[in-house]
Amino acid sequence: MIQADLTIILPEVILALYAMAALLGAVYTTKDGLAPLLVWTTAGLMALLAIWIATQGEGTNVAFNGMFVDDSFARFAKVAILLSAGAVLVMSQEYMARRDLLRFEYPLLVALAAVGMMMMVSAGDLMSLYMGLELQSLSLYVVAALRRDSAKSTEAGLKYFVLGALSSGLLLYGASLVYGFTGTTLFSGIIQTVHHGDVSIGLLFGLIFLISGLAFKVSAVPFHMWTPDVYEGSPTPITAFFATAPKVAAMALFARLLHDAFGGVVKDWQQVIVLLSVLSMLLGAVAAIGQRDIKRLMAFSSIAHMGYALIGLAAGTELGIKAMLMYLAIYVTMNIGTFAFILMMERDGKPITDIDALRQYSRRDPGKALAVLILMFSLAGVPPMLGFFAKFGVWQAGVSAGLTGLVVVSAISSVIGAFYYLRIVFYMYFGAENEEPIETRSTPVLWVALMGSAALMLVGIFYQFGVEGAAAAAAATLVN
Amino acid sequence: MDNILSIVTFIPAIAAGILALFLHGDDAAAQRNAKWIALLATTVTFLVSIGIYTGFDPANTGFQMVEEGGWLMGLKYKMGVDGISVLFVLLTTFIMPLTILASWNVTDRVKEYMVAFLLLETLMLGVFMALDLVLFYLFFEAGLIPMFLIIGIWGGKDRVYASFKFFLYTFLGSVLMLVAMVAMYADAGTTDIEALMTHQFSSESFSVLGIYVVGGMQTLMFLAFFASFAVKMPMWPVHTWLPDAHVQAPTAGSVVLAAILLKMGGYGFLRFSLPMFPVGSAVMTDLVLWMSAIAVVYTSLVALVQEDMKKLIAYSSVAHMGFVTMGIFAANQQGIDGAIFQMLSHGFISAALFLCVGVIYDRMHTRDIEAYGGLVIRMPAYALVFMLFTMANVGLPGTSGFIGEFLTLMGAFQVNTWVTAVAATGVIFSAGYALWLYRRVVFGDLIKESLKAMTDMSSRERLIFAPLIVMTILLGIYPSLVTDVIGQSTAALISNYDTALAAADAATQTAASH
Repeated sequence: MIQADLTIILPEVILALYAMAALLGAVYTTKDGLAPLLVWTTAGLMALLAIWIATQGEGTNVAFNGMFVDDSFARFAKVAILLSAGAVLVMSQEYMARRDLLRFEYPLLVALAAVGMMMMVSAGDLMSLYMGLELQSLSLYVVAALRRDSAKSTEAGLKYFVLGALSSGLLLYGASLVYGFTGTTLFSGIIQTVHHGDVSIGLLFGLIFLISGLAFKVSAVPFHMWTPDVYEGSPTPITAFFATAPKVAAMALFARLLHDAFGGVVKDWQQVIVLLSVLSMLLGAVAAIGQRDIKRLMAFSSIAHMGYALIGLAAGTELGIKAMLMYLAIYVTMNIGTFAFILMMERDGKPITDIDALRQYSRRDPGKALAVLILMFSLAGVPPMLGFFAKFGVWQAGVSAGLTGLVVVSAISSVIGAFYYLRIVFYMYFGAENEEPIETRSTPVLWVALMGSAALMLVGIFYQFGVEGAAAAAAATLVN
Repeated sequence: MDNILSIVTFIPAIAAGILALFLHGDDAAAQRNAKWIALLATTVTFLVSIGIYTGFDPANTGFQMVEEGGWLMGLKYKMGVDGISVLFVLLTTFIMPLTILASWNVTDRVKEYMVAFLLLETLMLGVFMALDLVLFYLFFEAGLIPMFLIIGIWGGKDRVYASFKFFLYTFLGSVLMLVAMVAMYADAGTTDIEALMTHQFSSESFSVLGIYVVGGMQTLMFLAFFASFAVKMPMWPVHTWLPDAHVQAPTAGSVVLAAILLKMGGYGFLRFSLPMFPVGSAVMTDLVLWMSAIAVVYTSLVALVQEDMKKLIAYSSVAHMGFVTMGIFAANQQGIDGAIFQMLSHGFISAALFLCVGVIYDRMHTRDIEAYGGLVIRMPAYALVFMLFTMANVGLPGTSGFIGEFLTLMGAFQVNTWVTAVAATGVIFSAGYALWLYRRVVFGDLIKESLKAMTDMSSRERLIFAPLIVMTILLGIYPSLVTDVIGQSTAALISNYDTALAAADAATQTAASH
């Protein structure tokens, strides 16, 4: 029995064992001297695991009496998490090494965070949900404060930790209420109670607390306050990591909880998700207008994007989940490219995050400027870039679920949001010349990440590498 | 050639790709190559597109030369032309080589400039040929990107303000249209334009947020599309982006904007609003007609007091587009024929007028009317060309401008006499501002020192104007060239529209009698 269970969670076990073994190995050998090697081996292992999961996994397997579910939805999310985490790791290697930030703990903490995220998206029980979430969060708190001697970085870590603890508290409180009113922590048990139409006020309270806790993790308004500060304060590679894999994991967990445990009472949580979505989109669009710091700007951009992705969740349908997964996959791709560019921005070896420094950048490096232009238009959701199809998908799901009002709000906020993406294009192409131009130090990895993600925004219109089919299958297993 | 439409659409894009990938450097030779490749590509596109015209059968009111293929997310790639769109395709391919020629003096980032224009051509052609909602939206919206860059990079002093205003204005309009498109997809289960034309969208009135919506769903969808097309058109009172964009855009950008991009609004009304939401259109007809009449009079008056030549012509464009919307929403044969004719003719005339401004702007680097006067002495050929297009803009019989205005007024007269009476005064005002402009710029004594060294038009400039002159006069004396091609299709459009309205009327009456 235990052997069958272990086979199902083998990818997680391998990654966790690897992280622990590498930790021990590094501590007893050259410590930070091993860090570059560990970055590459971790990323390589993640890529291998992603390929393994994508090609070998099939069907729905349940382990540990339902606490762990491995289905095509979980596999879709895991592949996205592993690939984006691996990509961010290799992107950050050179940047961190030059700034003396590359400690051996960094790749291993990211690996442990990835284990936590894989646990989250496979959770079939409130306990395993919480375990995964905490494993992820604790690793993230530490990497946010990786630059110990920087006030901003430690502030980011501390802020993230305190607010994260609060949200974990909310989540746990909700979980205890749900347990109290249903008598079980298993999703499959909860949904049976719910299916009997027996939704008491206490259970609803529990549900709302759970949603609040998760909304914090996806940084949906009004639980977003930590995002801009943490994004700005953390070292840029860490910010890139925050903006990608954890978002996918938290959104996937959100979807799994709401559909696997509360699938019978869509009407009860739909309005809450709609509210989160509307607030996130509007705040993300408006608040970013005043930002000059590209990392803060990307923080608000990610808040807005989570709002759009939540439309798919709010729809409460199979189409909605599919649209949400597509949205996340496209969002992660765009963000990896954008952050690859942000990692390149520097002057005299110091990282620059002021968008003002980008003035007339297109004259100095037309190729990279064009890639950023494509990414910005894609983030803004302007066709023909892939970002448009992401929005189109969630809007389609929203309208067919009768949420036309929500879709109209999101359309308007996407216009407001277009302004700040365009402003980056404006600085690069038609701003006045800056006295202190930035240099962009390009490494092959960053170059490939930037160009590759920009190219995908266009290639994706014609061919999507089977992502769409996988998303459809994933949505079908989750909503049935 | 089974896929001539795709070939025509994508020749410019392929040329743009070749330019972007294989042309390096920014020296004189590279610049010259970029210009020649762009000119060659647009000319070839035009020559191939003649094949569309010759292969087109005007008696067939359906879509012709249809191409269909699968695409992602259950969407389709479907292209085709009918009597309404085929001439816009030709207008686009006809104007583009001229704009490239007109940009021969560009020296700043020539390669990028040509790439932007070539991509823009592909996207504009796609708009007129797309037969799938999402494909249409894709082309419609993507066209904003090159235009945003053209205004923003190669524009005038306030180009940043103008480019942002242009982008955000039109983007807002179009996302509302996109929401309506998504709703149409949810309702009809298809994004195929041909199928949607026969789909009956609900026209049952209902209340939303306490407002009683006559025509129900159709009216709401009409309004969402209207938001997009009215901005693009542009109609009063959402026209304010146009003068800014025109003034700041480089000459070629203004030409494309006036000659082709503005036509997308009118084309959208004919392709979507009237056939798909007949009840919604009927409900809103009076409003649109009055807005058109106000546009004609108001913008003509505004044009009178302009001191910038481009701004004056921009306002005159808005006025002329007022005639177009009036003709379209008259919804009869003369009205719609006239509207299409007016759009095509305005495509030639406004393009020529902006080029006329460009000719002297290239020499003097100012567009202030004050700065000129007495040009006829140094530039007789220019004076003649400018005269011809001023007259055509006024609507002098014998030029294409007359036919369009006359037909639209005639169509509107059968529907709403008052609107027509008001709009007709616009014809007089247009004579006022256009002739006054001409007098101030071309006639009078040549007293300004700076003007005394002006040279007349070069042979390149004459070459640009020649085809426009031919078309303006040809269409003016032989309008059947256009009306024969579009006649059957507009007749079919109108009969479908009337049938749908009668059916909806009958339905409401039966509902009321029960």
